[in-house]
Amino acid sequence: MDKNEQPAEETRMPHTVTIEDTGERYTCAGEESLLSAMARLGRRGIPVGCRGGGCGVCKVEILSGEFGTRAMSRDHVDDSDRAAGRLLACRVYPASDMSLKVVGKLQKSVCRPDRPVSSVTPPVTR
Amino acid sequence: MAMTGVLRPGHAQVRVLDLEESVRFYRDVLGLVETGRDAQGRVYFKCWDERDHHSYVIRESDRAGIDFFGFRVLNTAELDRLEADLNAYGLATERIPAGEMLETGERVRFTLPSGHAIELYAEKTKVGNGIPLINPAPWSLQREHGIGPVRLDHALLYGPNVAEVQKIFTEVLGFYLVERVLTPDGNANAAIWLSCGQKVHDIAFAEYPEPGKLHHCSFLMESWDQVLRAGDIMSMNTVPVDIGPTRHGVTRGCTIYAWDPSGNRFETFFGGHLPYPDYETLTWTFDNFGQGLDYPQRKLHETFLTVVS
Ligand code: FES
Ligand SMILES: [Fe+2]
Repeated sequence: MDKNEQPAEETRMPHTVTIEDTGERYTCAGEESLLSAMARLGRRGIPVGCRGGGCGVCKVEILSGEFGTRAMSRDHVDDSDRAAGRLLACRVYPASDMSLKVVGKLQKSVCRPDRPVSSVTPPVTR
Repeated sequence: MAMTGVLRPGHAQVRVLDLEESVRFYRDVLGLVETGRDAQGRVYFKCWDERDHHSYVIRESDRAGIDFFGFRVLNTAELDRLEADLNAYGLATERIPAGEMLETGERVRFTLPSGHAIELYAEKTKVGNGIPLINPAPWSLQREHGIGPVRLDHALLYGPNVAEVQKIFTEVLGFYLVERVLTPDGNANAAIWLSCGQKVHDIAFAEYPEPGKLHHCSFLMESWDQVLRAGDIMSMNTVPVDIGPTRHGVTRGCTIYAWDPSGNRFETFFGGHLPYPDYETLTWTFDNFGQGLDYPQRKLHETFLTVVS
């Protein structure tokens, strides 16, 4: 999908997204990003950040499925990431059923569901 | 207090991933006034009550974040003096020619040990706020478009070497330290709030391993009501909100943090106490950082520490 382009009518039907790390599935309509639908799983700690492709906290690796994307920051997605399907979930819109792996910051929260809220990491200091 | 040297934040240049989508956001949702476009494709904005040509500039890029943050200084003599002082301190400076940025005089640019480019300049065309200088009305119709902040108030930047940055601002540029949050061991500052006048802060920094990161640019609202109205407008436009509406313990300012369409955080801000340069610095221990960030909820929101552009 090009930037600014609205999803086509047929992409509004819900698709099933499988998180391979945990086997969990969730539904995501075509006009909804992989991240906002994943956040509806209600799992504590899913890092919903900027939702604009700028901060990089929502990185996933797409294993299968058709999808469209919107612009995302090269600071977090370079050419090799793109070639490997490592993209920012807030900027990926499914066009079929999909499966993905979580990577980076997302991996820590998706794969550790009982993580206590108080375990925020203090900023690194010298 | 006689103000000399550095007067105020003058401009921020921020990178966006889609220019026209961002123009619509900044002009129609945040309610900035578009004042120009240049040959490089940059789009210039000001807040309605600002008198100088622009305070917020966006540039299309393949990465989000901030290019530089600039301060207005009193005059060209002060600009020359501050550049000499920076050089004497050991910081290299670069002169950007007048006109490189629309309606702006020569700029002195240098890079902080935190990786941020900072500029000083003495001249920018005064275009006014739409209100006459003789018998002025209290506001103009420009205030009623979108969120409609009064001015670019400050920025919070994330990067390494905050102790060095503090020295440059306090020992060379004439700022003073208004508030700080200590590191968990209490031996250093995790975050600092610096003022060059009587505002509670003009710029702030937090220690972060990656250099040159933007946490937020902040826009001043006239009241808590206006901050709540800003929240309404954000929700009406499905702007992703990070934190608030709430009140910071640090600065006592009322706030909403939210993100622009490229993931650059911005703030709508109101209030704060009024410090003087002779006041003692207010100190927050790290275990009270939650109250410092969000006083009613006493919550150190994880995104505050980890989400930057
Ligand atoms: S949430 Fe910031 S890049 Fe996706
Ligand atoms: Fe702020």
